Amino acid sequence: MSFQILTRRARGLALAAALAATPALALAQGTLRVGMTASDIPLTTGQTDQGGEGMRFMGYTVYDALINWDLTSADKPSGLIPGLATEWSVGEDQLTWTFKIREGVKFHDGSEFDANAAVWNFDKLLDDTSEQYDTRQSAQGKSRIPAVASYSAVDDYTLEIVTKTPDATLPYQLAWILMSSPANWEAKGKSWDAVAEDPSGTGPWIMESFVPRERAELVPFAGHWDETRVPKLDKMVLIPLPEPNARSAALLSGQVDWIEAPAPDVIPALQGNGFEIVSNTLPHNWTWHLNRLEGSPWNDINVRKAANLAIDREGMKTLLGGLMVPAEGFLPPGSAWFGTPDFKVTYDLEAAKALMSESGYGPDNRLAVKALISPSGSGQMLPLPMNEFIQQNLAEIWIDVEFAVVEWNTMINIWRAGAADESSQGAHSINFTYFIQDPFTGLIRHLSCDLIAPNGTNWGHYCDPEMEENFKAIRTTFDPEEQAKVLQRTHEKFVNEALFLMVTHDVAPRAMSPKVKGFVQAQNWYQNFGTITME
Amino acid sequence: MPRPRLRLDMLGYLLRRLVYVVPVAIGVSLICFLLVHIAPGDPLVAVMPIDATAEQEAEMRAAYGFDKPLPVQFGIWLGNAVTGDLGRSIATGRDVATEVTRAVGNTLLLAAAASVIGFPLGLMLGFLAGYLNNTVWDRGITAVAIGGVSTPNYWLGMVLVIIFSVSLGWLPSMGAGPGGSGEWTWDWAHIRHLVLPAVTLAVVPMGIVMRTTRALVADILDQDFVQALEAKGMTRLGILRHVARNAAPTALSVIGLQLGYLLGGSILIETVFNWPGSGYLLSVAILQRDLPTLQGTILVLAMFFVALNLIVDLLQSLIDPRISRA
Repeated sequence: MSFQILTRRARGLALAAALAATPALALAQGTLRVGMTASDIPLTTGQTDQGGEGMRFMGYTVYDALINWDLTSADKPSGLIPGLATEWSVGEDQLTWTFKIREGVKFHDGSEFDANAAVWNFDKLLDDTSEQYDTRQSAQGKSRIPAVASYSAVDDYTLEIVTKTPDATLPYQLAWILMSSPANWEAKGKSWDAVAEDPSGTGPWIMESFVPRERAELVPFAGHWDETRVPKLDKMVLIPLPEPNARSAALLSGQVDWIEAPAPDVIPALQGNGFEIVSNTLPHNWTWHLNRLEGSPWNDINVRKAANLAIDREGMKTLLGGLMVPAEGFLPPGSAWFGTPDFKVTYDLEAAKALMSESGYGPDNRLAVKALISPSGSGQMLPLPMNEFIQQNLAEIWIDVEFAVVEWNTMINIWRAGAADESSQGAHSINFTYFIQDPFTGLIRHLSCDLIAPNGTNWGHYCDPEMEENFKAIRTTFDPEEQAKVLQRTHEKFVNEALFLMVTHDVAPRAMSPKVKGFVQAQNWYQNFGTITME
Repeated sequence: MPRPRLRLDMLGYLLRRLVYVVPVAIGVSLICFLLVHIAPGDPLVAVMPIDATAEQEAEMRAAYGFDKPLPVQFGIWLGNAVTGDLGRSIATGRDVATEVTRAVGNTLLLAAAASVIGFPLGLMLGFLAGYLNNTVWDRGITAVAIGGVSTPNYWLGMVLVIIFSVSLGWLPSMGAGPGGSGEWTWDWAHIRHLVLPAVTLAVVPMGIVMRTTRALVADILDQDFVQALEAKGMTRLGILRHVARNAAPTALSVIGLQLGYLLGGSILIETVFNWPGSGYLLSVAILQRDLPTLQGTILVLAMFFVALNLIVDLLQSLIDPRISRA
């Protein structure tokens, strides 16, 4: 009995023709086998699950968004580039956006992408009365486009989106939304379950076969609208390998060619065996969010600044085998929105002690705080030793940290419930880690007054009129350069007021066989696998 | 000795045991359901971005039926389960019955391989140690048995991977075949994926069966009837046959329990070797609070235990007519 869900489709002829016609495929080179950290193949129908890894391997591979991330450079932070929309603009009312849809784009099933297909995809996520509404995709996509009020196809190649309020972050929001084929959904009996086994997007990879929880095989889509993104490989095999030791063993024994997130203590062994460790700055944050409810010791700016000055980030980097970027602010150093904060996030114990003394703390009057931490979790790196390291650092400036350790799934709920909720156990901080790739996920969601938990993820209940003005300005500044200045100003306030315990950023290490050539690791959660070849 | 026959009272016993399955199944499901709800965490975490709004969370809670009172949720699940519908996984959206069937099939394969390695070896070595009681051989075999029982099998698995996969490159370290479990065939390309997890999994049951058999054989050899048989001039081989027959019911009972352990207790092994079985499915479902998958998997595994116990009881009666099941 075979359980494999084979999805080879009736596009062989088209592929064969394209194979002959396309130089990129004539260079097709090898099979890349990837060991993912996910425990399952990410949702294949369009809007992926499994966080950043899902979008990386099953999102931006099989699908495109109207606006894509530029994944071509390792040297600078990624920006937005035209995807299925070639250009966009906002009207004078600052609410009505017009998108020119790229002409001649085909889905893997041969049907054409146009403005009607885009509307159909928005309905899939937002209109629960539409036939194609999908709870699972909506769960992943709806919260990514909070600005969208309505949308319509003006003609086949013009899409209009109206926002609820002026919101210049709409392009970033749309970079989340991936376009599935309406024709494929129809052909599969209007069943998303059937589509999951045989999906169709416009992306540079076609999902050829799929065994749940075990493997997915992707092959190049020769008809992709951007020839430079047509993969050079013959095939990419995705294998869920959630256990770090199993991932490392699979790489060392030659069962996979590439693993995501090797454990830091295995890296020397991997390097000793000739494997390459590739990493780069990533828009990721590892911080302590601070409780700002009345009575919290973190309401004192001296304490906040002192704690930030007490962290020996270089020491922590050694602990992590060099695989981190020490925080210099809330956003990673080099971010286009970093600005020039006055408060320098460095390691200066004397200055930290002076600030603590100024607030009345000292060896005989120590400060006791409670911190929520998790033993593991998405983007948490090595949370237990890292937090114990911080505990020792803070003890040196008379801050005694008591940990409340909760499992990651519980931690996510606590983060959403907020500091005032009983589940937070009266903690003064929560160690959380996340994606900070766009203005909303990077800055707004953490400190906006209307997103105070449980309405959003402002865990600490921070609310400040000046910050609100900044957030409003981010949303109403439509000129990208001017918007960048507002974002810089906002980040400077984040840092100058030491609104978080700013510790580190991950570098997304991945280990690969020396046979893997041509990979350029973008400063992004998503990556372009099209340039890779196997020696 | 009379030939064992399935009498009417035995048939009645069998029917009674089958009826008992119903309360056991409901009880197991209820306990599992309550445990998952008592534990902190939320199944929706697996299907929503972490920064979803409270409004969206409420919508999703309603869409998945988690806004209903717990007794109603359990009643709905039970009503569907009776018709064979174990629901859909919250985390993957896939049909739980299909997922569990696939995973249990893979676990059965692994358990069968471990049984083939572990039980005959355990029985043979245990018999030998019991027969050579208090000799160097006995002590050596007992040491192996204690070592097998005491060694953490996930540790052993990792050591075997380092030796046979990483250093020697003889056997693969993970997976259920080059194309996944869906393409399983009985050729070396697939069987080699089975070797390391099966050996690792077999070590503990082998040790337990070995120790039990050794104690049984040593005890039986001391009994009066053995001396009587010797006095009658029965050959050593004939006596051992009697010893084996007397030891069989208890050994069978232990093997039955260990088979249950192999089916349900391989979470760590399946994780270490990335073997797509029921243990692996359970561990992922626990981390994701995937209630339907948890419920479905535990129910199916519980039914395996019930069936195994029943089969062992019946086999014991057939082997030893003194054991009445009426």
